[in-house]
Amino acid sequence: MTERAEAIAVRDLCKRFGALEVLKGISLTAREGEVIAIIGGSGSGKSTFLRCINLLEVPSSGSVAIRGEQIALRADRHGGLVPSDRRQVQRLRARLGMVFQSFNLWQHMTIIQNVIEAPVHVLGVPKAEAIERGEALLRRVGLFDKRDVYPAFLSGGQQQRAAIARALAIQPHAMLFDEPTSALDPELVGEVLGVIGDLAKEQRTMILVTHEMKFARDVASHIVFLAHGVIEEQGPPEQIFGDPKSELLRKFISSSH
Amino acid sequence: MAADMINWSLLALEPPGWGGVLLAGLMNSIKIALGGYSLGLVLGTGGAFGKLYGGPVTRDLMEVYTTVVRAVPELVLILLLYYAGTDLLNRVSAALGYGSVDISGLAAGIFVIGVVQGAYSTEVLRGAILAVPAGQMEAARAFGMSPLMIMRRVTLPAMLPHALPGLSNLWLICTKDTALLAVVGFSELTLVTRQAAGTTKAYMLFFCAAGVLYLLLTLVSGLIIRVIEARARRGWAAR
Repeated sequence: MTERAEAIAVRDLCKRFGALEVLKGISLTAREGEVIAIIGGSGSGKSTFLRCINLLEVPSSGSVAIRGEQIALRADRHGGLVPSDRRQVQRLRARLGMVFQSFNLWQHMTIIQNVIEAPVHVLGVPKAEAIERGEALLRRVGLFDKRDVYPAFLSGGQQQRAAIARALAIQPHAMLFDEPTSALDPELVGEVLGVIGDLAKEQRTMILVTHEMKFARDVASHIVFLAHGVIEEQGPPEQIFGDPKSELLRKFISSSH
Repeated sequence: MAADMINWSLLALEPPGWGGVLLAGLMNSIKIALGGYSLGLVLGTGGAFGKLYGGPVTRDLMEVYTTVVRAVPELVLILLLYYAGTDLLNRVSAALGYGSVDISGLAAGIFVIGVVQGAYSTEVLRGAILAVPAGQMEAARAFGMSPLMIMRRVTLPAMLPHALPGLSNLWLICTKDTALLAVVGFSELTLVTRQAAGTTKAYMLFFCAAGVLYLLLTLVSGLIIRVIEARARRGWAAR
């Protein structure tokens, strides 16, 4: 069997904030159709790692490649890195669908306007076509009747489902989920996990930072356990949860039940 | 009888009444206010973004601008910018061999009010931009928008509801600042009122009439502001 293409490839990624070293050399490859769940305690650097993939945080060293195209970085005056080609970053970001912990829907736009914003203004999709596709996505996440409502009038769960539709609307090469259920009331977590679980079944490439252990175990094809800025252990879910090797991971799993 | 003490015919639109002159003065005041306010908004937007996202040099320049303009009394600024500005422009044009230029009172008035308004709106807009949650701009970045597009599509519309109360205040101040241009001889409402009153000796009548016109301008502005504010806040849940 031939190996599937690399959707996202990260090599030796380090990230420092001043003297604080958050990520200490992380390498991770997500192949097409893979669902990777990143777990770890708070402060382990998992959100920072996700944000380095689309350069919301610029790595201090290391490299990131999307579908084999390496993001060009150059050294700046302060010894860190900066993107050398802003347009390349914008182009690659436009095909990475990001879902945030706090939704970050644009508050001055209705739900359908949120969904078509990037397709129309960044990707240049004709508006009528974007609306048609956007409405289909909203129907899919169960929000078609809320299409003309402003985000502030929706529950957290509805907002997050709308945010997922927004991320799907750009027909992403890969999706990045940054703790998508952490800001939700417990009774709303299920509806959002349901939508993400359906996406995982479609063999979409996804990287998911989460605290939901049971969910990670159910939907992920690969689990990465991050601790103190390094990958402490990784493997298929049954191995990570059934037969953890490292002491830290064992402790983490038993404490999160 | 009181009715005999007030000669209402002085307010007639046609001469010898002064009503038409007063209305023309009001129109001039509105023109200056609109022009100056618009220029102020442009300067203020540039100033706010410069202060927030500019390099150290830009930031210092903006700081000097807002500090100086807000420190000096407006009347002094108007005299300074009007006379010194006209003088400077004439010298420049003479040096370039064009001879002296005649600056229209309207253009000068708009410029002066605009520079003053710009300094204040810089601070109003800066505060409003800071009030927009960072996640709004971050989402825009994550979807591949360029900095200019983020400003146009996200930052400006998102900060508007935060800015409107301050901007409305500035507009009302702006309509009344136009009266200061009377000192440089521009025929706005206050100057023509003084002329009318001085000529006819009907001081009470004309200054009250001018007061009523300023009041009407404020009331109409209030209505328009309310409509704009309701529209800008349409995405906000009632609170």
